[in-house]
Amino acid sequence: MTTTQDSPKTERSVPKPVFTDAEAGAQEFPDSNSRRYNYYTPQKRKQSHYEDVTVEVQPDPRHYLSQGWLYGFSDGRGGYPLDWTVLKAWGSDKPSPQRGPGTGGMFVKEWPATGWHEFRDPNEEWELTLYRYNSNVVRQVTQNVEAAKQSKAFEQWNTNWVRFVEQHVGAWMHVDHGLGLYLYANANRRAPTNMHNNAISVNSMHRIRAAQDLALYNLTLSEEIEGFDGSAHLETWNNDPAWQGVRDVAEQLTGIDDWCEAIFAANVVFEPLVGELFRSQLVQQASPRNGDFVTPTVVGAAEYDFAERDLRYTTAMFELLTNDKEFADHNKSILQDWASKWTAQSLTAARALQPLWSQPDAKPPRFEDGLDRVKSRFSGIVTSLGLEEPKELSL
Amino acid sequence: MSRQSVAKAHQKIQELSWEPAYHEPVSQYGTDYTFRKAQKKDPLKQVLRSYFPMQEEKDHRVYGASDGAIRGNMFRQVQERWLEWQKLFLSIIPLPEISAARAMPLLFRTVPNPELHNGQAIQMIDEVRHSTIQQNLKRLYMNNYIDPAGFNSSLRDFQSDYCGTIGRQFAEGFITGDAITAASIYLTIVAETAFTNTLFVAMPAEAAANGDYLLPTVFHSVQSDESRHISNGYATLLMALADEDNHQLLARDLRYAWWNNHRVVDAAIGTFIEYGTKDRRKDRESYAEMWRRWIYDDYYRSYLVPLEKYGLEIPHDLIEESWNQIWNKGYVHEVAQFFATGWLANYWRIDPMTDKDFEWFEYKYPGWYDKYGAWWENYNRLATPNGHKPIVFEDVDYEYPHRCWTCMVPCLVREDMVMAKVDGQWRTYCHEMCKWTDETAFRPTYQGRQTPNMGKLIGHREWETLYHGWNWADVVSDMGFVRDDGKTMVAQPHLDLDPSKMWTLDHLRKCPPLASPNVLLNEMSDDERTAFAARYVKGGPAGRPAPADA
Repeated sequence: MTTTQDSPKTERSVPKPVFTDAEAGAQEFPDSNSRRYNYYTPQKRKQSHYEDVTVEVQPDPRHYLSQGWLYGFSDGRGGYPLDWTVLKAWGSDKPSPQRGPGTGGMFVKEWPATGWHEFRDPNEEWELTLYRYNSNVVRQVTQNVEAAKQSKAFEQWNTNWVRFVEQHVGAWMHVDHGLGLYLYANANRRAPTNMHNNAISVNSMHRIRAAQDLALYNLTLSEEIEGFDGSAHLETWNNDPAWQGVRDVAEQLTGIDDWCEAIFAANVVFEPLVGELFRSQLVQQASPRNGDFVTPTVVGAAEYDFAERDLRYTTAMFELLTNDKEFADHNKSILQDWASKWTAQSLTAARALQPLWSQPDAKPPRFEDGLDRVKSRFSGIVTSLGLEEPKELSL
Repeated sequence: MSRQSVAKAHQKIQELSWEPAYHEPVSQYGTDYTFRKAQKKDPLKQVLRSYFPMQEEKDHRVYGASDGAIRGNMFRQVQERWLEWQKLFLSIIPLPEISAARAMPLLFRTVPNPELHNGQAIQMIDEVRHSTIQQNLKRLYMNNYIDPAGFNSSLRDFQSDYCGTIGRQFAEGFITGDAITAASIYLTIVAETAFTNTLFVAMPAEAAANGDYLLPTVFHSVQSDESRHISNGYATLLMALADEDNHQLLARDLRYAWWNNHRVVDAAIGTFIEYGTKDRRKDRESYAEMWRRWIYDDYYRSYLVPLEKYGLEIPHDLIEESWNQIWNKGYVHEVAQFFATGWLANYWRIDPMTDKDFEWFEYKYPGWYDKYGAWWENYNRLATPNGHKPIVFEDVDYEYPHRCWTCMVPCLVREDMVMAKVDGQWRTYCHEMCKWTDETAFRPTYQGRQTPNMGKLIGHREWETLYHGWNWADVVSDMGFVRDDGKTMVAQPHLDLDPSKMWTLDHLRKCPPLASPNVLLNEMSDDERTAFAARYVKGGPAGRPAPADA
């Protein structure tokens, strides 16, 4: 006969669920229905999700930061000094409230506290959007390259095109990488609001990702194409005279101290005149004629990053400054000078690239035609900002 | 994803780096450290082709859980005692996160190894992730928790509140001063490697015990990035150690960073975990036990001590002293008591402790009741307005403390308070170490060595100074810690949302004016100041004034 006996049960020590009824709407009391961030005014009628996760995260002594910055550099300046750029937004010249014993917080009542805070990234980038976007890009690029491998698409490339891709398409990865790190990522420490710095850091990741896209594409080609020299891009970048102009300007761009000048020079001038010239007017045009339908999809991802997203936040950022109610003329005059300076540099670099146009067997449209097109696009960008077309454009 | 191996892909992207041939990149941040260029491996081995989808997948899990929490009515089971403290925590933490992103460029020129810069750029965008995902969590709390006050105004409140100011060091320390001190030693070697364990691992566990499983969802996702950041810091530290000239600065910075992190993080997270919970199971770990495990054993013994053989001078004395503060001197309890004393200057509600809490505290910290029990009974007695004033004005055997000039937590362990005249001003410090930080470490010379890049302590570091002589109703109104009826305070010393039980500006109007301890200190004669200090250090524990015959 068997007997069943309950084995002694020891209750595990775990937190017990408790009904607390702490959900919204359970009670009415002051503030019980105040369910929006009430410390800023939205750009449009309704506060956006992007604004909620971005605005005011980086504080400002001209607004709510009553005790001021707590840690400074050796010169005693903390936070994000406005004079890290020579451009100004309304309120920039107004001194910070001088607080002291018994002054109270001296909070600025109106919002935004200064013109800088008016900027909103039209791409509304925050973590959810930036990971979604970039994941989609890397997935698509990877699939395109995989599909090309499966269909033996690289076998259609002629020798000259193989050399072109290994040397010149490869060389561009260094531009993306250098600017991504030492211009854009560097600038994410410099701007006075979270809206600016987040947009700039996302821009940085676009460029670093694009550089890696090209590097890994290059790796695939080394594995797929017999005789493809995966290190040829280094020699080209280091020594090919056609590339030394681009390299010279790229290095100068990373040497800019003023964060606004850095973003303006790179996104308003260099990218349209050199980046798009190389990508849209050369690589994208020459590839199909030389039997290559894969490279345009890799390069096209970077082209979309710039044309549809990075340029978009850049123009929104500078439009505010050229239309500023207090400093529009001041800003326009400086931007005009920057446009002249960087147009001259960029065109020199662009022209030095001209020999590339004759290298593929099947030629792309003429260099001068491509240059005219990017000049025309550049002219549209600067005039939309309220600036004049720099005279250097026609030299 | 590509079939290329990660190792191969990572090896390939090393080809991206190049040395400038024509122009040097701009150099905007200085350091007194010296680095020799040496071949170094990128410790992260992260390729964006796999990084972005990985983070996206993590996002899917986080946002899926968020939807689930709302659909499953999580807030019917959330402890208000817990969520109220999140009004403080989640108002602070997005700034340190984004500041960590801003800190990465400080290392580009000062650490001359391009191999490390790839990892730093990825850390930058990780930190953008953390900052915005945390702002989003707060937004979700604001929309779905019973009392949105304090969440809805969090970034305004945080920027002017004294607790927010304490927390702000955890951000500003990353982005200013000597680039290596800030972005490497303070941020990655100490804050991320040591203290994110209590911030992002221990605290979320307590959240879950209080019915909130969203905080663990978000913060464990964040913490999974931190391990990569720790590798960034380690690589830089090893490079710094390679040059003996750096050892003196490393010793200085480790002392400053350790002590400041202990003062700031243990104050805040210790309070949240011990006083923000309703979970009083005797076998749940106390903050002291967690600290011993996560910080003393995991960080100090397993991470720091092995570095001693490479020449790193470990601040053994400060680690032991931090433990002494937590275990013997009641640091966390003193801080929690002060936060509750000053409830009226905050923007969240603080629940009184009950008999069940008392029992747990006595069990975990023997002797707790004799020190703090009577004060918390008074806090409970004075919680709802009934003709009396807020507890800070009532006679409950508590002396309002002076504030530490360096860490900005008040000088709560009274016996440790020290005073000095620095830069022409009398200042109080909570401990000899905080005095050292201001007087010795943050200076342009250190032990006879020129340190021109070292940062400075700046700002109005004593909050009370700004409101010296003000009526409390005007103080709270000026800071904006008022609900939408224009008079009920956001902060309350209890959790009862019945409007008749809530404190208003009218109650504060009848209170004595705010007096800044530091302003008063500087108005004293030398004799008065000496007598004040002699008496102050005889006070405590639990804020008790010194006995009359002391």
